[in-house]
Amino acid sequence: MRLKRITSAVAVSLVAASLAGCGGNEETSGGAAEDVTLTYWASNQGTSLENDQEVLQPQLDAFTAKTGIKVDVEVVPWSDLLNRILAATASGEGPDVLNIGNTWSASLQATGALTPFDDATMAEIGGADRFLAGSLAATGAPGQPPTAVPVYSLAYGLYYNKSMFAEAGITEPPATWEELVEAGKKLTTPEHWGMSIEGGSVSENIHNVFVFSEQQGGSFFDDAGKPTFDTPENVAGIKQYLDLIQTDKITNPSNAEYSNGTEALADFASGKSAMVMWQAAAGSLEELGMDPADIGVAPIPAPSGAAEDVASIVAGINLAVFDNSEHKPQALDFVEFMTSTPTQIQLNKTYGSLPAVTEAYSDPAFQTEAVETFKSILDDKAVPMPAVPEESQFETLVGTAVKNMLAQAASGTVVTEQAISEQLAAAQQQLAG
Amino acid sequence: MREPQWFVWSRRIGLTLLCAFALLPVWVMVTTSLKPLGDVQGEFRWFPSTVTLDAFVEMWRTIPLGRYFVNSLVVSVTAAVASVALALLAAYAVSRYRFTGRQLFSVTVLSTQMFPGILFLLPLFVIFVNLGRTLGIDLYGSRPGLIITYLTFTLPFAVWMLVGYLDSVPRELDEAAAVDGNGPMGAFFRVVVPAAMPGIIAVLIYAFMTAWGEVLFASVLTDESTRTLAVGLQGYATQNNVYWNQIMAASLTVSVPVVVGFLLLQRYLVAGLTAGSVK
Amino acid sequence: MITVDPAPEAGTEARTGSTPVRAPRKRKRQWLPYLLLLPVVVAELLIHIIPMVIGVGMSFLELTQFYVRNWTAAPAAGVGNYRFVLQFDEASGKALLHSFWTTVQFTVIVLALSWALAMAAAIWTQHAFRGRGLVRTIFLVPYALPVFASVITWSFMLQRDNGMVNHVLVDQLHLTDERPFWLIGDNSFWALIVVEVWRLWPFAFLALTAGMSSIPAEQYEAAAIDGAGVLRSVRWVTLPNLRSVNQVLLLVLFLWTFNEFTVPYTFFGKSAPEQADLISMHIYQNSFVTWNFGTGSAMSVLLLLFLLAVTAVYLLLTRKKDVDA
Repeated sequence: MRLKRITSAVAVSLVAASLAGCGGNEETSGGAAEDVTLTYWASNQGTSLENDQEVLQPQLDAFTAKTGIKVDVEVVPWSDLLNRILAATASGEGPDVLNIGNTWSASLQATGALTPFDDATMAEIGGADRFLAGSLAATGAPGQPPTAVPVYSLAYGLYYNKSMFAEAGITEPPATWEELVEAGKKLTTPEHWGMSIEGGSVSENIHNVFVFSEQQGGSFFDDAGKPTFDTPENVAGIKQYLDLIQTDKITNPSNAEYSNGTEALADFASGKSAMVMWQAAAGSLEELGMDPADIGVAPIPAPSGAAEDVASIVAGINLAVFDNSEHKPQALDFVEFMTSTPTQIQLNKTYGSLPAVTEAYSDPAFQTEAVETFKSILDDKAVPMPAVPEESQFETLVGTAVKNMLAQAASGTVVTEQAISEQLAAAQQQLAG
Repeated sequence: MREPQWFVWSRRIGLTLLCAFALLPVWVMVTTSLKPLGDVQGEFRWFPSTVTLDAFVEMWRTIPLGRYFVNSLVVSVTAAVASVALALLAAYAVSRYRFTGRQLFSVTVLSTQMFPGILFLLPLFVIFVNLGRTLGIDLYGSRPGLIITYLTFTLPFAVWMLVGYLDSVPRELDEAAAVDGNGPMGAFFRVVVPAAMPGIIAVLIYAFMTAWGEVLFASVLTDESTRTLAVGLQGYATQNNVYWNQIMAASLTVSVPVVVGFLLLQRYLVAGLTAGSVK
Repeated sequence: MITVDPAPEAGTEARTGSTPVRAPRKRKRQWLPYLLLLPVVVAELLIHIIPMVIGVGMSFLELTQFYVRNWTAAPAAGVGNYRFVLQFDEASGKALLHSFWTTVQFTVIVLALSWALAMAAAIWTQHAFRGRGLVRTIFLVPYALPVFASVITWSFMLQRDNGMVNHVLVDQLHLTDERPFWLIGDNSFWALIVVEVWRLWPFAFLALTAGMSSIPAEQYEAAAIDGAGVLRSVRWVTLPNLRSVNQVLLLVLFLWTFNEFTVPYTFFGKSAPEQADLISMHIYQNSFVTWNFGTGSAMSVLLLLFLLAVTAVYLLLTRKKDVDA
């Protein structure tokens, strides 16, 4: 008897497994709005998971007070977030609302797991024109309704140590890549290095080389979405990055093993390097004990005669509604709340990121020099990562290849253009799967 | 047998080197956990510049270490006990009965040891979620889900080892007990289980340690409230700074109960392995 | 063989309807072992077998991110995934082959070193001397430490600038001027081996010590009377007696090492350097990081087939030896 029940349970689950995601949850929530509790997966934006919880809770309470909808937040570490989303997608069992890295937008859009923000839905949350145009460009593939809206906008900037620059007699932040290398050489002394990089980090590597290759006029995907990894421009972009270690020697070869996304910044904060390319680092730098008066920020310069004056990817965090959510109307209310001007001001101020809605910039907190710099980068000098479904594969394959080439450069073997080209060709072939 | 001089000397040198090799990371773990943050960010030093317990205080605040600890403890203890209970029943059947499918059972269970975890992680997850949906058995993100998973991981080894152990318990013992009116299950609990105790403890240790250290499945099958130490400890690396002293303090703290327990019970492990291996 | 006589109180369910004496006894005999196995069978089915079967099924589907949400819609790939991962003249096949060879080398070296260390240590500690208990306890520490805790410590020790290993090699012993990398590049393969051996050899030591403890002392005495020294008694007494222990031990170590995931994952994070790209990490990258579960599963199935084949051949060979002996 017991066995029979168990076998039938197993059989049911088998069938159900094979049908995973078809149905989602059929049951509708009949209750009134006050009965609804939304599940929200937040990404780690603050100094720790606990810190995120503390920052978000007052906002969530305000939302509950306003609408009667409760929100159950779980801050998911970046190391787990993509796996958790995958599990949710494969099973249909997930949160109602979730944060995603905006570079994942097109990949996740392709799964169909996220609710599309078509015109009607967009109107429900206050319209698309509230958002920063640049950030809105990184919410999905072109020509399709986006499946997320921006919530925190970010851009890369070149952070430099003002005292070190002054000591070396450099008055202005570098305006071209050549000037940057020049400055880096002056600033590479027995005490410190010109620049620190997170060379073991796949995502940092891919963001950096993507920008460098854009500067050369290169592209990793053509307009039809076909991969074009192995082009002279992409090779040149990657070489520019590797040369920091192998030719210019302004970066400590040890940086090639920095992989947890904090070490390059910690080096900069503690005066072991004079420059670092980072997003929204001011808060972290102060926490690491760096004197705010020393922190300067400028756009990452392009080589003189560059094809495009690109300084950053459109970085940031998007907010999405899980398509299997039983509480879509309430979830959209929450999205509207999170992107409302007061919430945007409060959260972005705390996190040191930029508001994703234009109106929020009227707040004095966003009228500082640093914010102006980042806003202008985001407005004029930032390009979104390729909005193709294969984006995450591209990041992994090319980012890993760059990591391995940096490792090679760091151990003293010069990586030639020929070698870079071969690596790119191999990465492209693996993408075809 | 008299040991020649060269053997005694090779033993001294060899064992000293091996002890150093075995304990090197422990030394680093202990000294680093006692260092101030400044010490761990600069050049390596064998001893702390000043001894401080700050890391042991701070580590509870950086991540919810206490909660992870409780989760790991509940999951590992339950999985270990359940694994032994299940394995013991099965081992008794395999050791004492000859039935159709006995060989098939043993071979199948042992061959699951070869399954690459990556292959069945995603299907397992989907099955868990669907069991929740269709039968209301909540396995995803819950401790029971993780417990069932871990206990199954250790079953093959546990069954194999206990069969070996039970085979070494003379049949006459349980036959005598059964004849005395205890019945087969009575004989099992009153005679076989006590006689197999060293094997049982050995399996308990093995199962507990496997569950305590597993990373891959825990990272997908748990959520914030059920996260275990193995996954949770990565939280120290997601901070703004790498607090190596706190990582080491936490690693040390979560290791001590396991290591002490293991070392106290090691003689059973040797005894259990002896019986399991000499069939 | 079945001599256990199930008494009436064996189980309540069994008693229902058992009027004749003989028939139910026979029936009981048959179902009792199955009942005892039932919990294990259910657990194995739920956690291992069924997910495994689904996993094998996945390898014949084009299960990319487009279809993860709805598997039934995933187009059948036939053997397409297998063909793709086995194209050894293309980058994908080359990468898999490279990872496979890396794992084979890794496994062979780890097995040899772990076994040799364990064997030496077990022989050294076979006969009592002052401090033997302490030494044995120390040897078990690496095995008792949780993997994530000890491996993260190793990664801390093997950092290039501030790590303990380079501090010893470069600053204290002055063996090289240039600080070597351990976490990336060519050395990462060897670093991973050291960590794996450190972690694994105590288990081998434990098993061999257990095996040696049951060798009758008379055999050594007899060998001594024949004039055998330490080495010859190892050769003629210890090793032959350990054959069955070694047979199982080497197989278990092989399977563990070949499938090793936790150690490289904790040591390197999500992407291992290509010199130390073990097969399990390679498959993880190809399924969980890129969400291409079709090809990832195909690789896993090939890995499983390989392990099954090696195990079968190994068992056949070692059994034959037993017969010859």
